[in-house]
Amino acid sequence: MVSLKCPVCGGEVQVDDNALPGEIVEHECGAQLEVFNDHGRLSLRLAEQVGEDWGE
Amino acid sequence: MILGVSYDLLRWEERNLIEEAKKIGNKVYPLFTKDMTFLTSEDAWYQDVDAVIQRNTSHSRAVATSMLLESMNFRVYNDSLSLVRCENKIQTTFLLRSRGIPVPKTAIAFSRDKAMEMASKLGYPVVIKPVEGSWGRMVARAQDEDTLRSLIEYQEFTNLQYKTIYYIQEYVNKPNRDIRIFVIGDEAPVGIYRVNEKNWKTNTALGAIARPLKIDEELRDLALKVKEIIGGFFLGIDVFEDPERGYLIGEVNGVPEYKNTVRVNQFNVSGFLLNKLNEVIKK
Repeated sequence: MVSLKCPVCGGEVQVDDNALPGEIVEHECGAQLEVFNDHGRLSLRLAEQVGEDWGE
Repeated sequence: MILGVSYDLLRWEERNLIEEAKKIGNKVYPLFTKDMTFLTSEDAWYQDVDAVIQRNTSHSRAVATSMLLESMNFRVYNDSLSLVRCENKIQTTFLLRSRGIPVPKTAIAFSRDKAMEMASKLGYPVVIKPVEGSWGRMVARAQDEDTLRSLIEYQEFTNLQYKTIYYIQEYVNKPNRDIRIFVIGDEAPVGIYRVNEKNWKTNTALGAIARPLKIDEELRDLALKVKEIIGGFFLGIDVFEDPERGYLIGEVNGVPEYKNTVRVNQFNVSGFLLNKLNEVIKK
């Protein structure tokens, strides 16, 4: 597991070692977060909300 | 095969595709489009990919990245033209109709008055749908003129790109289910019934339950004909069962979800797709 920082509450978020960018992680503070690659390091940001053009 | 998977949200499907591809010895580049950029003066870092599977949740990102990758001579499945044909319901319906594929009676109008006229001609209830949209969003049934007028007014006050183009369809008196059949390459190997006892809309996103489907010859032939017309490599085709007319094609999905199909059929959709793609790449 990798320990990352929640961008909303600053708390620790445990993410799988094999996490890929685009993966959604729920944090206990209620935030829905998205894994992304921040200049070579995995990081977290607020997940994008469902868009008008989302779907099959 | 060296495979690129273009995606913007890592759902079950994308993760499964990546895992299955690795399992059968493919090298995989996950292409997370929200972090990708394209510059005319630079080559892509994934120059060696043999094929890219297009899996973006956002339709605009899917079309744009398919277009970009195709223009850089990558083989992309599904390609941008097929994706546009799937997403724009006017094009899907009228293209299929013009090639003899049975579709629900559908009217397009460009003014409110003409939309009302066409609805009377179709006969109530009618269904109004956004020209582009998914997961059953804003699809509504109007039992009478009064309701339709209100729904049209709501549509006109949205930010929809096609808010003053009215896509009105007969309400097909189908059982409490529809059919989702998958075309992968030149085969239609698997499908589901999507059953909803409580809602006439049968999207699994709206609570419909997936049940295994036994694919008959007529359905298989119809699905493959649709694929010939729409193009693409991996399609999810929605079919209504009309009590008198038989199968009618409702919609065609260019980035289909298949988690529930795998679950209820115990059928490895990712594996089948990857094997088909490997066959095509070797040719």
